[in-house]
Amino acid sequence: MTLLQLHEPGETPLPHEGDQTLAVGIDLGTTNSVVALSTSGKPEVLRDADGNGLVPSVVAYTEDGPVVGVGAQARLVDAPDAVVSSVKRLMGRGSADVKTLAGTLPYALDAAEGGMVRLLVGGRRLTPVEVSADILRAIKAQAEQHLGREVTRAVVTVPAYFDDAARLATKDAARLAGLDVLRLVNEPTAAALAYGLDKAAEGIYAVYDLGGGTFDISILRLEKGVFQVLATGGDAQLGGDDFDHAIAEHWLADRRSELGGEPVTPGEAKQTLTSARAAKEALTTREAGDFPVVLHGKTTLHRLTRATLDEIIRPWIEKTIGLCRQVVSDARLDLGRIKGVVLVGGSTRVPQVRRAVEAYFAKPPLADIDPDEVVALGAALQAEALTTGSDTLLLDVLPLSLGIETMGGLTEKIVDRNTPIPVAKAQEFTTYQDGQGAMLIHVVQGERETVSDCRSLARFVLAGIPPMTAGAARIRVTFQVDADGLLTVSAEEKITGVTQRVEVKPSYGLSEDEMARMLEESMIHARTDMERRLLIENRVEGRRVLLALATALAADTSLLDAGEADRIEQARLRLVQAIEGDDRDRIKAAVEALEDVARPFAGRRMDLAIRAGLAGHSIDEFKGDPGGCLAPDPEEKS
Amino acid sequence: MPAAEPFCPACTAVQPPGQADHFARLGFARAYDVDPAAVERRYFELQRRLHPDRFATKSPKERALSQAQATSLNDAYETLMDPLGRAVYLLRLSGIDTGGDGKTVDDPALLMEAMEMREALAEARTPAEVDALVGRARAEAEACRVALARLFAGGDLAAAGKATLRLTYLDKLLDDARARRLNVA
Repeated sequence: MTLLQLHEPGETPLPHEGDQTLAVGIDLGTTNSVVALSTSGKPEVLRDADGNGLVPSVVAYTEDGPVVGVGAQARLVDAPDAVVSSVKRLMGRGSADVKTLAGTLPYALDAAEGGMVRLLVGGRRLTPVEVSADILRAIKAQAEQHLGREVTRAVVTVPAYFDDAARLATKDAARLAGLDVLRLVNEPTAAALAYGLDKAAEGIYAVYDLGGGTFDISILRLEKGVFQVLATGGDAQLGGDDFDHAIAEHWLADRRSELGGEPVTPGEAKQTLTSARAAKEALTTREAGDFPVVLHGKTTLHRLTRATLDEIIRPWIEKTIGLCRQVVSDARLDLGRIKGVVLVGGSTRVPQVRRAVEAYFAKPPLADIDPDEVVALGAALQAEALTTGSDTLLLDVLPLSLGIETMGGLTEKIVDRNTPIPVAKAQEFTTYQDGQGAMLIHVVQGERETVSDCRSLARFVLAGIPPMTAGAARIRVTFQVDADGLLTVSAEEKITGVTQRVEVKPSYGLSEDEMARMLEESMIHARTDMERRLLIENRVEGRRVLLALATALAADTSLLDAGEADRIEQARLRLVQAIEGDDRDRIKAAVEALEDVARPFAGRRMDLAIRAGLAGHSIDEFKGDPGGCLAPDPEEKS
Repeated sequence: MPAAEPFCPACTAVQPPGQADHFARLGFARAYDVDPAAVERRYFELQRRLHPDRFATKSPKERALSQAQATSLNDAYETLMDPLGRAVYLLRLSGIDTGGDGKTVDDPALLMEAMEMREALAEARTPAEVDALVGRARAEAEACRVALARLFAGGDLAAAGKATLRLTYLDKLLDDARARRLNVA
C-alpha cells in the first residue's frame, strides 16, 4: 500500500516519454507466463524462436545468474534447491502462508523477520518481488527479441481476488524489471475483453478462472464495448498447485504405510510435486498411470486412476463451485440470466473441473480461446487501447472490502467489496485523550468481522494532531482506490485544516529503502543485454547435459557399444570447449550433436530403468503409457 | 448546483470534478423517480470520456483529475442506481440525516415488523422457505419504493424519512436472506 501526502500532481515527469505507442500485455502466471501484443485490434502471443508462447514461471539461480523458463525447469532435477516455482502464491504474503508438503516447505525460508516472506535460494536471500522481476525480465527480453525493439510499457494482469499487498508487489516487480505498468488488469476481466471483442459477445457472462495458484470467478455484463464487472470473488490460495499437493500427499502416505516414515528435503518435496503435476496432466487424457516418487535415491511407483484423482481433488472443486454460488448471489442474479461461462486457466483442462462448472451453470462452458493464452490476449488488447485510444471501457470493482481495526479487534468496513473503482470514501476519527498528538490506524482487507481473520495491509500513524481536548479533533481519513485496485490513504485534521503526516508500515510490502536498493541493483541487471542472457541460458543447458551424461556414464558404462564411448567423448569435449567460449550458437549446436550421439545409449538406459521399475508388472501394462515418468510437458499450463 | 463541465471548453483539458450533486453530475433533476436505463446510458457515456484508461499516457496531473472525475461518477452512479441510497441522499440534500447504524428507531410498528421477519428468516430451514420470505420482502420493498416516489414528489419529507428507514430494514433483511439462502442450499 502506498500512502500519499497530498501533494500537487504533475511533479514527476513520465518515464519513457519518447516511445508512446508500443505496450505489451503480460499474464504473469503461477505456472506459466505469457506476453502478447495487439496491433489494430488483433492480439497475438509473442512466442520464442521455437514457437513456445508459454514461459514456465520458474527461475533457477545459477552461478551465471538467473535462468527463467524451460531451462530453469530442467534444473529442478539436479539442483532443486536453486530453483523457485509458483512464486506468485507468495506475492504480498508472510512466511506463515507458505504451504508445506509432508511438513516440509518446498522452499528454504528466512524466518527471522516478519513481513514479506524471504526465500533462501542458491545462496541468495530473495523476496517474491525479486523472483517475479526475474520472470518479467525474461518475458520482456522474449518480447524484445520477437519485436526487435525495446519494450518498456505493459499492462500486467493479476488475479481479481488479489489483495492490495499482492497487487502492489506485482507492480513493484514490474518496476524492478524495467517495465512501466500502464494498468493492472484483473485476469477474468482481461479474458472477458478477449472473448467479447473476438466473439462479439453481448449479455451477462461468468468467467471461471482456475490457474496454478489462484481461483477467480467474475460476472460481467458485456454491452456495446462496455465490460462492466458486476461482482467478483475467489480464493487467492486455491489452484492447480493444490491438486498437485494433494496427489503428492496421497503418494507419500502410501509410501509411509509401506516403508515407514522418511524425512523429506525441500528439493525432494519440489520433485515430488513436479511428478504429481505430470500425473495430473497425464490424466486429463488418460484413465490411469503409474508415477514415480524418488526419496533419498529410492524410487517407488504409484498407480493413480482418474477416479482416485477425482476423489482427491473434489474438496477444492466443490470450494470453487461454492464461491461461484456466492458471486452469483452477490450480483443479485438468477443463474438463468447468465448467458455463458468462459473457462480460463490451465487447471480448467482437468475433466472434473469442466464437469462441475457445466453442472452448476447448466450449460456447456466456453473454451474456444486457449485458456492458457486468453488472459495475455486480453491484456494486449487493453495495452493497445491505453496507448492508441479506443472505445471499449473496462469498469472493474474492488474484490475485497477495505476496513480499519476498531476497539476489541473488530473490523469496521470503509469500502464494501464489489464497489466500482476508482472509489474514494472518507471516515472521521477523533482523539480519546486530552492533548493526544498521534493515533494509530490499522488498515485491513477482507470480509470477516474480526481483524485477525482479515489481511493486514498496513499500520500508519497520524501524527502532528494539534493539542485539543479529547474528542475535539476531527481527522478525516480518505481511502482512495485507483483503477488498478490499489489503495492510497490520506488524512486531514478538519478543525485546523492541517494535512497530517502519515507514516506507513506495510504489513507484507517492501519499504521505500528496500525498493530503492532493488531498483539500483536492477539498473545493473539491465546492462546485461539480451545476447548475454541467451548465452547464459545456453551455457546452463550445456552444463546440465554434461552433468546428466556424467551421471549416466558412471552408472551404466557397460551399456556402451564398441566405438560409442569414443564418439560420445569427442562430442562431450566439443561441448566443454564451446561452453568456455562466448558463441551461443556453437554451444547449442554442440549440445544437439552430443544428444544425437548419445541417444542410442540413453534409449538403452531407459529400457533398463523401466524394466527395473516394473518388478511385479508386465511390460504390456505400460504400453501406450509413456508420460508417467517424464518431466512435465512445457506446452501444458496448469 | 449545476454540474461543472468535465472538460475545458477552450483547451479540452480534463477539469476537476467540482462540487456538483450526484443528480446534476449525471444530468438528472433532483427527484426520486429516475429511469435506471437512462442513468446507465449517461454514466457509460461519461466514463468513456473520463475514465483513467483514457488518460494512461497523459500527464500525471491529467491522470489525477481523471481519477477524481471517475471516482465522482462512480459515487453518483452507485447512489442513483440504488433505491435506498437515492432516498438517503435526497433526504441528506434536504438536511435530514437518516443516520443508519447506532440510531434508535422510535417507530414501534416498524420494529415489530422487522423483528417478526427476522425471526421468520432465522427459522427458515429450506431454500423454499427462504425464497418465500424473500418474495414477501421484495414485494414490501417495491411498495416502499412506490411510496417514496409519491412522498418525495409531494414534498412530505417526514413520511419519506419513515419509508426510507423501512426500506433500510428490508434491504438488510434481503442481504441476510441471500446469505442464508447460500447456507441452506
